[in-house]
Amino acid sequence: MDPVTLARFQFGLTIIFHYLYPPVSIGMAWLITYMAWRAWKGDKVYDEMTRFWVKILAMVFAVGVATGITMEFQFGTNWSTYSRFVGDIFGSPLAAEGVFAFFMESSFIGVLILGRNKVSKGFYAFSAFMVALGSTLSAFWIIVANSWQQTPTAYEVVDGVARLTNFWAAVFNPSTLPRFFHTICGALLTGSFFIAGAGAWYLLQERHVEFARRSLQVGVTAGAIFSLLILGVGHIHAVQVYETQPAKMAAYEALFETQDGAAMILWGFPDVEKQKVYLNIAVPKLLSLLIHFDPNSTITGLDQFPREEWPPISAAFYPYHLMTGLGFFFIALTWWGLLMGQKREKNQLFLKVMVYSSWLPLLTMNLGWVAAEFGRQPWVVYGELKTADAVSVVVPAWQVLLTIILFVGIYSLLLGLLLFLLKRELDEGPKEVTA
Amino acid sequence: MSHEFLQNVWYLLIGVLLTGYAILDGFDLGVGVLYPFIAKTDKERRTLLNAIGPFWDGNEVWLLTGGGALFAAFPHVYATVFSGFYLALMLVLFALIVRAVSFEFRSKVESERWRNAWDWAFFVTSLLPALLTGVAVGNVIRGVPLDAQMEFTGNFFTLLNPFSLLVGLTGLAMFVTHGAVYVLLKTNGQLAERARRLAVKWWTTWVVLAVLTSIVAAFDAPARFAGKSPVVWLLPLLTLVFLALTRVNLNQDKHGPAFLFSALSIAGMMAVFGAGNYPYLLPARNVPEYGLTIFNASASQNTLTAMLVIALIGVPIVLVYTAYIYHVFRGKVQVEEGGY
Ligand code: HDD
Ligand code: HEM
Ligand code: HEM
Repeated sequence: MDPVTLARFQFGLTIIFHYLYPPVSIGMAWLITYMAWRAWKGDKVYDEMTRFWVKILAMVFAVGVATGITMEFQFGTNWSTYSRFVGDIFGSPLAAEGVFAFFMESSFIGVLILGRNKVSKGFYAFSAFMVALGSTLSAFWIIVANSWQQTPTAYEVVDGVARLTNFWAAVFNPSTLPRFFHTICGALLTGSFFIAGAGAWYLLQERHVEFARRSLQVGVTAGAIFSLLILGVGHIHAVQVYETQPAKMAAYEALFETQDGAAMILWGFPDVEKQKVYLNIAVPKLLSLLIHFDPNSTITGLDQFPREEWPPISAAFYPYHLMTGLGFFFIALTWWGLLMGQKREKNQLFLKVMVYSSWLPLLTMNLGWVAAEFGRQPWVVYGELKTADAVSVVVPAWQVLLTIILFVGIYSLLLGLLLFLLKRELDEGPKEVTA
Repeated sequence: MSHEFLQNVWYLLIGVLLTGYAILDGFDLGVGVLYPFIAKTDKERRTLLNAIGPFWDGNEVWLLTGGGALFAAFPHVYATVFSGFYLALMLVLFALIVRAVSFEFRSKVESERWRNAWDWAFFVTSLLPALLTGVAVGNVIRGVPLDAQMEFTGNFFTLLNPFSLLVGLTGLAMFVTHGAVYVLLKTNGQLAERARRLAVKWWTTWVVLAVLTSIVAAFDAPARFAGKSPVVWLLPLLTLVFLALTRVNLNQDKHGPAFLFSALSIAGMMAVFGAGNYPYLLPARNVPEYGLTIFNASASQNTLTAMLVIALIGVPIVLVYTAYIYHVFRGKVQVEEGGY
């Protein structure tokens, strides 16, 4: 196998595995901050909720940290040509992430895990806030790095490497803010669903009722808010993608030909060879309307780009459509639960759907990134550097293969153990408390 | 600020980050290596884990930030070293991955087999980084084969030369001594008693190996002090003084000062390393001109300036809450509910 494919496979594997944890950590940390604040105000149920969810957060966080370490060094190990090319710009956000975010998270997570009896309830709530803030800042800086490679700005190429011309313009490149808000809303949705799901699960078993009702309430309410927000931000994001990476949007929508009044595909099966979409369910003119606010406007299709610069269509199309589809499902589910009020606690169907759906936002987060990253291909730095030219030249393929095998082994073990421990913790449940 | 000035500042700052890492993660790696030897009961093991529990992640962030800063300030060094030392670095990464979860997972299940397995994992995954960071430093002192495109031309075994292995052992002795003094500071009774004995033993090993390394370096890694300001000769001298003071305080049972001086000894060794290598970040052993220096491997003036601003804003904030966290968890450790 060629080194480029192996390096891509390893990167995809390790980042997807890492990215199973941050959304949960970020989302839960914010929700725990809310609980710890209510506990500080004297609420006993929230106090127990804080204790319980911190235990869960601690485990997820640990695996998040463990797998993040790999990512920090992987640009150097596997993508050294890329690192030389982008180092002048891409390195600073990574360093800023360390200084502004990792120190904050890692210091205060210690207080959450080991300091319950050492600090006041007020300071405990503050520590939860600092963990939430730290993990959100961490998301910000890493998204800055990634957004720059999606929509590079404020640089010039000198002697074959990109040189920074303006720091803040590079930080706030066109895709940074849409992606940051989109991702954070997604993380909050992810946290909400886990908490709501656990609440629903206990209610179905009629255990820990008070705790479960509260968890469900917090989870459903937050979920209802963030599922709507993410749709709004997603729309703004889509317009930005169309403007900055038109080939990517064309791939998302499998739009082979440039056209006026383009339809929006809800689902279908694109065939790249024949350049058509089978079983196409589409809303006429909607794409034009959403992007230009004019149902008859022109949308650029793939025909405007040389064939070798097309992203892999299926790898962009399916994850993208699954993401948006699931997005609407999350809105429906959480608003159903919200509008039912207290009655949701007795509605077996709702509770069951909630339990089974609790991991879907996490899946959606990964689908979103997979779409965004495949949609960027064949470029690693959009319009500047091809992925195929970015790998390390001195690392032989067999070594990458070897490390892939080890990553698969160690990571599967970690995931298995984590699930086993989470299940134990959930079975044991919180301590009994009454309001 | 001129580009050259910034390049020097960043050489210093990367040095500070790596020194911070060596001192802070140094003690928790050291505790990990000592762990099976000084903690005999489950309670003692948990005491050790709780002694480093609130700090180890923050300590490791010094390395992560050092990595990020190296990428930003000297992208070519980041690219050359990590792709060149591929397998060795991956080995360290795997160790750090498993180590990170072993804290959290170990105490969750009350089964002897489960706990034994994690105890082993924790020991091995502390030992590997504690040893291999020194080996990497050894190679950076000695220089590695590079080509005109700044790419590494050796292989995995190039890195395992006797000199670098010696530096690896020196580093190990340094971390273990430092870790033992930390245990002394944080625990009572039998645990502290065992730590004291080991601290003294490993202190001797550290000094002997450090002296040996210096002698071998004079031959195998041509002393780069030549031609530099005579002030640099003060650094090894100062380090020896710090080492001696570590021992004196250990003997007098002044654990706080002993820890301070072992930290300063580590800083001293890092300073010797930095002064000796300057201006090289990675010397080339084959053709000296191919070496990576702070001048040919650095980022642009713009980036170095932006990064300096980030450091000036960020680092004071970091120091404040790091100090605060150490304050919250001060004193001898107790194993309590919710801990490891
Ligand atoms: C949107 C969020 C997000 C994304 C896209 C990434 N990470 Fe991450 N990362 C986090 C959000 C995060 C997080 C929330 O800050 C951590 C802390 C605990 C956790 O579960 O995830 C984390 C941990 C974490 C750590 C350990 C920090 C510590 O020791 O405390 C490192 C070194 C990285 N990450 C590095 C990376 C790199 C180089 C990435 C890209 C390739 C990356 N992460 C993608
Ligand atoms: C924000 C931080 C991120 C950065 C800096 C980043 C950067 C990169 C780089 C350098 C590559 C390798 C080159 C390439 O194949 O184009 C890559 C590939 C990839 N990334 Fe990301 N990425 C980030 C986040 C994510 C996340 C969160 C996911 C989640 C699922 C993801 C999924 C992928 C996949 C699947 C690939 C392989 C794609 C392919 O090779 O075609 N990335 N990314
Ligand atoms: C409901 C409608 C949604 C719309 C219109 C939408 C829109 C988008 C768009 C256009 C992108 C592509 C970004 C790029 O290529 O750079 C994207 C990416 C992404 N989406 Fe969505 N999205 C929706 C729902 C969701 C949901 C429910 C989640 C998660 C729970 C989610 C998580 C993500 C993530 C993590 C990314 C990758 C990071 C990024 O580029 O922002 N999205 N989304």
